[in-house]
Amino acid sequence: MYIAAVFLPLIGSLIAGMIAFAAHGAVHSEDAERKKRLDLASQLITCGAMLLAAVAAILVFIAVVVNGQNGTVELFTWVDSGSLEFSWELRGDTLAVLMVTMVTVVSSMIHIYSIGYMSHDGSIPRFMGYLSLFSFFMLMLVSSNNLVQLFFGWEGVGLCSYLLIGFWYDRPSANTAAIKAFVVNRIGDFGFALGIFACFFLFDSISYDTIFSLAKEKSTATMTVFSGEFHALTVICLLLFFGAMGKSAQLGLHVWLPDAMEGPTPVSALIHAATMVTAGVFMVARLSPLYEYSDVALTVVTLIGASTAIFAATVGCVQNDIKRVIAYSTVSQLGYMFFALGVSAYSAGMFHLITHAFFKALLFLGAGSVIHAMSDEQDMRKMGGLYKLIPATYILMWIGSLALAGIWPFSGFFSKDIILETAWGAQTGIGQYAFWLGITAAFLTAFYSWRLIIMTFHGESRADETTLAHVHESPKVMILPLVVLALGALFVGILSVDYFVGEHTVEFWKNSLFVLDTHKTLENVHHLPIWVKLLPLVVGIGGIALAYLMYMFAPELPGALVAGFQRTYLFLLNKWYFDELYDKIFVRPVFYLGRGLWKAGDGLLIDGVGPDGVAAAVKHLARRAAAMQSGYLYHYALAMLLGVTFFVTWFLVQGA
Amino acid sequence: MDNMPWLSIITFAPLVGVFFILLIRDDDKEIVARNARWVALWISLITFFVSLGIWINFDNSTANFQFVEKSVWMPGLNIAYHMGVDGISMFFVILSTILTVLCIGASWITITDRVKEYMISFLVLETLMVGMFSALDLVLFYIFFEGVLIPMFIIIGVWGGARRNYAAYKLFLYTLAGSVLMLLAILTMMFQAGTAEIPKLLTHNFPATLQPWLWLAFFASFAVKMPMWPVHTWLPDAHVEAPTAGSVILAGVLLKFGGYGFLRFSLPMFPLASADFTPLIYTLSIIAVIYTSLVALAQEDMKKLIAYSSVAHMGFVTIGTFAANTQGIEGAIIQMLSHGVVSAALFLIVGVVYDRIHSRDIEAYSGLVHRMPKYALIFMIFMMASVGLPGTSGFVGEFLILVGTFKTNTWVAAFATTGIILGAAYMLYLYRRVIFGELTKENLKSILDLNRREVAIFAPLLLVVFVMGIYPSLFLDAMHASVENLVERYHSALAAAQHISVVAK
Repeated sequence: MYIAAVFLPLIGSLIAGMIAFAAHGAVHSEDAERKKRLDLASQLITCGAMLLAAVAAILVFIAVVVNGQNGTVELFTWVDSGSLEFSWELRGDTLAVLMVTMVTVVSSMIHIYSIGYMSHDGSIPRFMGYLSLFSFFMLMLVSSNNLVQLFFGWEGVGLCSYLLIGFWYDRPSANTAAIKAFVVNRIGDFGFALGIFACFFLFDSISYDTIFSLAKEKSTATMTVFSGEFHALTVICLLLFFGAMGKSAQLGLHVWLPDAMEGPTPVSALIHAATMVTAGVFMVARLSPLYEYSDVALTVVTLIGASTAIFAATVGCVQNDIKRVIAYSTVSQLGYMFFALGVSAYSAGMFHLITHAFFKALLFLGAGSVIHAMSDEQDMRKMGGLYKLIPATYILMWIGSLALAGIWPFSGFFSKDIILETAWGAQTGIGQYAFWLGITAAFLTAFYSWRLIIMTFHGESRADETTLAHVHESPKVMILPLVVLALGALFVGILSVDYFVGEHTVEFWKNSLFVLDTHKTLENVHHLPIWVKLLPLVVGIGGIALAYLMYMFAPELPGALVAGFQRTYLFLLNKWYFDELYDKIFVRPVFYLGRGLWKAGDGLLIDGVGPDGVAAAVKHLARRAAAMQSGYLYHYALAMLLGVTFFVTWFLVQGA
Repeated sequence: MDNMPWLSIITFAPLVGVFFILLIRDDDKEIVARNARWVALWISLITFFVSLGIWINFDNSTANFQFVEKSVWMPGLNIAYHMGVDGISMFFVILSTILTVLCIGASWITITDRVKEYMISFLVLETLMVGMFSALDLVLFYIFFEGVLIPMFIIIGVWGGARRNYAAYKLFLYTLAGSVLMLLAILTMMFQAGTAEIPKLLTHNFPATLQPWLWLAFFASFAVKMPMWPVHTWLPDAHVEAPTAGSVILAGVLLKFGGYGFLRFSLPMFPLASADFTPLIYTLSIIAVIYTSLVALAQEDMKKLIAYSSVAHMGFVTIGTFAANTQGIEGAIIQMLSHGVVSAALFLIVGVVYDRIHSRDIEAYSGLVHRMPKYALIFMIFMMASVGLPGTSGFVGEFLILVGTFKTNTWVAAFATTGIILGAAYMLYLYRRVIFGELTKENLKSILDLNRREVAIFAPLLLVVFVMGIYPSLFLDAMHASVENLVERYHSALAAAQHISVVAK
C-alpha cells in the first residue's frame, strides 16, 4: 500500500511524459482533435494516479497512526561500499506517513485544479507529468529512512521546481528564476552534503535508526573538522540546517523563492507553499534526536527562523504583485515553523506545517483564480472591486486569510498560537526574541493579508475595460479543490490540535519525534500568563483593522506614509537589497573570475609558458642553429680543426 | 570453454575487423564506405558482447586477476605477453568496447571522407585501449598506453576541425613529455625488482628512497592524461578540433588512463611516496575543480565547456583515489565510469546539433526545445547526471568520493563540494542558452529532432546512467574484493614503514 502511495505518481508522470511526446507530434501534424484527446488522457491519468495514491496514503496513515503498526518497507540495497551501506526504504512512522498523507492529498487537489487553470496552455501533458514527478520525489523525501534518500528526494524536488519555474521557457525571466532557484538551493545543498559526510564520519552510518540510537552515546563527542575541534553533533546539525535554509528559503538563502513565482500558479501552491519549501522544517523535525543534543544548533535555528519571520513580513507589506505577497508570507510562515523547532517544540512546528499547507495552498490557488479571471494580470494596483464578479473566490480567499492571520477558529489560529506560546515557554533569551518578533510578524501578517484582499476585491476597479469584460468566475474543476482545501483550513486545526500538541500527543507521534526531558517548552505553555495567550489573536485583529483603516477608510494614508518614509519604503520594496548585494559580491565576480582565469590563466600563463612558449623557443633555437649551416667549406673545416684540438687537449690532460 | 583466451579475443578481434576492411576494394567509393561501416559495426558489437561475458563470468569474491593469459615473449628480458583483469580494470574494458560501438554508430553519416581509414583507426584504437586495461606486464602496458596516441593523433589530425594540426601536436607533445619519464621509471622498476609482471610488482616493496622518483615519473604521465591542472590545456583544444566520435573516446576512455594508472601503479606500488605526495594531489585537484568550473562558466563554445567540465570531474577522481579508503577509491572508479558515459553522451549531444548546423558556438543556438523535444529531454538527463543529481550515476561517484575524503581531510572535502554548486551553474547556464528561449534564428526553424539511429545511440548510455545511479551495487560488488585488497595493502605498507622508522629511533 505504502509502495503504491509513493510510486503511483511516478508511473503517472512517466505515462504523461510519453503522452507529451505524442502530443508534440500531434501539434506538428496539426491534428487538434488528437491533441485534445491526448491532453485529456494525461490529465485523467495523472489525477487518477494521484488520487489513488492519496487513498493509499490515508490507508497507510490509519494503519500506522491509528492501529499502531510499523509500516516501514525496504525495497533494495542502494549503495554498499565498505562500512557505508544504505537501501531504498520507505519509513513507516507517524511523521513520515503524516507527511505522505498531506502531500498526496494537497497534490491531488492541485492536480485537479490544474486541469482548469492550465486549460489554455499548449503543453498540458508536460505540465501534468512534471507535477506528478514532483510529487513522487517529495514522497521519496518524506518517506526516507536514511539521509541519502532524503537527499535524493531533496534534489529531485529541486529539479522539478527548476523545471516548473521555467515551465514557460520562452520567457527569459522564467529561465533566470529557474536557474536561480536551482543554484541557490545547491548552495544550501553544499551544507547538506557536508552534513551527511560529517554524520557518516561520526556514526559510521547514515541510516536514521542507527544514528538516532547512537545519538545519546555520541552527545558529548567532539570532531576535528576544518582544523579545529568542535562538538560533533553541533557541526552536523548546523551543516544540515544550512541545507534546510536553502530549501525552505530562510534569511540569506531566501532570494530564489519570490522569483520562483514566475512558474504557473498551481506550482507556486504545491511546491512553493505547501510541500517542497517545508522540506527543511521536516528535515529538522525528522532529525530531532540529533538536534536535541545541540543547544547551539537549536539557538541558531530559532534565531534564523524568527529573523526570517519578521524580515519577510515587512517585505510582504509593500509588494504589489499578488503572488509575491503570498510568497513572502510563505517565507515568513516558514520562519515561524523554524523557531518552533528551535525551542524544541517540534510537534508545534509540524502542526503549523500541516495547517499552513492547506491554507497557503488555498490562498495561492485563490490568487490563481483571480489571475485567471483577470486575464493573467498579477499587479494588485490594476485590480479592485472584484468581489461581486468572483464571489466564490472572494469567500475562499477570506477563509484562507483568516487562517493565515490566526483568527479563531481557523486552523492557523491553533498552530500559530502554540508556536508563539512555546517561544515564550522556552524561558530563554532567544525564546523571548522569537516571541516578540513573532508577535510583530503576526500583526504584519494580518495587515498584508487584508491589504491584499482590499486591494484586490474592494474599492473601484482599476483594470482596463477589456480585462474587466472578461472577468469570470473559475470553472467548477478549479473551485472544487479550493473548497476541499478551505475545509482543511477551517477544520484541520480545531480537529487535530489535541493530537498534534494537546493531550493525545504522545500516542499520536509515538517515537517519531524526540524531545529531551529537560526541554519542557510544551509543558510550560500550560502555565502562561493569560495575556501571552491572547496577544497573538489581538495583534491579528489589530492588523486587520489597520489594513481596513489604511486601504478602505483612509486611502490617502498609504501614499502619505510612502512619501514620508521614502527610504524605508524603498528598502522594503527592494526586499532589503539582497538581490543587488548578491549580484555585486557573488554573481558578477564569479563570471569575471571565470573569464579572467580562462584568458589569462589558461591562455597567457599556462599555454604561453607551456606548450606554445616551448614551441616558440624551439623554433627560435632552430633558426639560430640553421644559421650556422652556412654552406662554406672553410667554416666547416675550421669547426673540425677546433674540435680535434679540443679533444686532443682533453685526452692529454686526462692522461696526465 | 574455460581455457579460451577471452581477453586476447576481445583485444584483437577489432584487428580482425581491420583486416576485413583492408580487403574491401571497389571502384565505387560509396560501396567501400558502406562496407567499411558495417564491418566495423559488426566487429565492435561482437567485441562488446564478448566483453560482457567477462563481467557475467567474473568472480566477485576474489581480488586476484582473472581470465589470466600468459606466454613468454622476450625471455631474456623477462617480458611476457601477460593479460588479466581484476575488479578495478574489468569495467574499463567494457567501457571501451561499448563506447567504440557507439562511436562507430555516431560517425555513420557524418564521416564521408576516407571512411575506410577512419573505421580502421577506431578499431585499432579499441585494440589498444582494451589491451591497456588488461595488460599485466609493464612493457606490454607501456606499448598499449603509448600506442593509443597514434590513432588518436590521426583521428584529430585527419578528420578534425580547422585548427586540427595545432590541437593534434599539442596533444602529442604534452603526453609524450610525460611518457619519456614513465619509460625511464619502468626500466628502473624492472631492474630493481627483476620482473616486469604487474602482479608480482604489486607485492614488491620498492625502497623508500626510490619511491618518490618513480612516483613522480609516473605522475608526469598520468597527470597529463588525467588531465590535472595545470597540464590540462591540451584537452579543450583537442576536444574542440576532434570529430564527435574522437571527443567521445577521448573523454570517455582516454581520460581514464591516468586515473587507472594511479590505482594500478602509484598507490599500490609506491604507497609511501603516494602518502607523501597526497597533499600535492589534493591541492592540484581542488584547483582543478574550482578553477576549471569557473572557466567553464565563461565558455562560448559548447565543446570547450564540456571539456573544462571534464577536468573538474577528473579532479574528483584524483581526490577520491588518494583519499585511499574504500569509499574514496570505489567512488573514484564509479566516477570514472560515470564520467565515461556522461561526458561521452554530452559530446554526442553537441555532435547532434553540430551535424545539423555546423556550429559549436552557444550563441548560434536558442530555443531548440521547440523543434527538438526528445533532444531536450536527453540533454536534460545527461546534464543532471553531470551535475550529480541523486538517482543518476554522477551522484554515486561524487558522493562516495566526498564521503571518503571527508574522513581523511575535511578541508579538501569542503572545497571539492563547492564543485556541486559551480557545476550546476555552468551546466544550467549552457542548457538555458541552447535549449530554452524563443526559437528566432532562421536556420534553426527547420531543424529536425533526433532520428532513430541517434536515439539508439543514446539509449544504452541512458540505461547505464540510471542503473548505476539507482542500483550501483551491480558495479560495486565486483569491485569490493580488489579495492579492499588495495586499501589494505596501502595501509599496511604505511604502517610497516612507520614501524621501521619507530624502531630505527
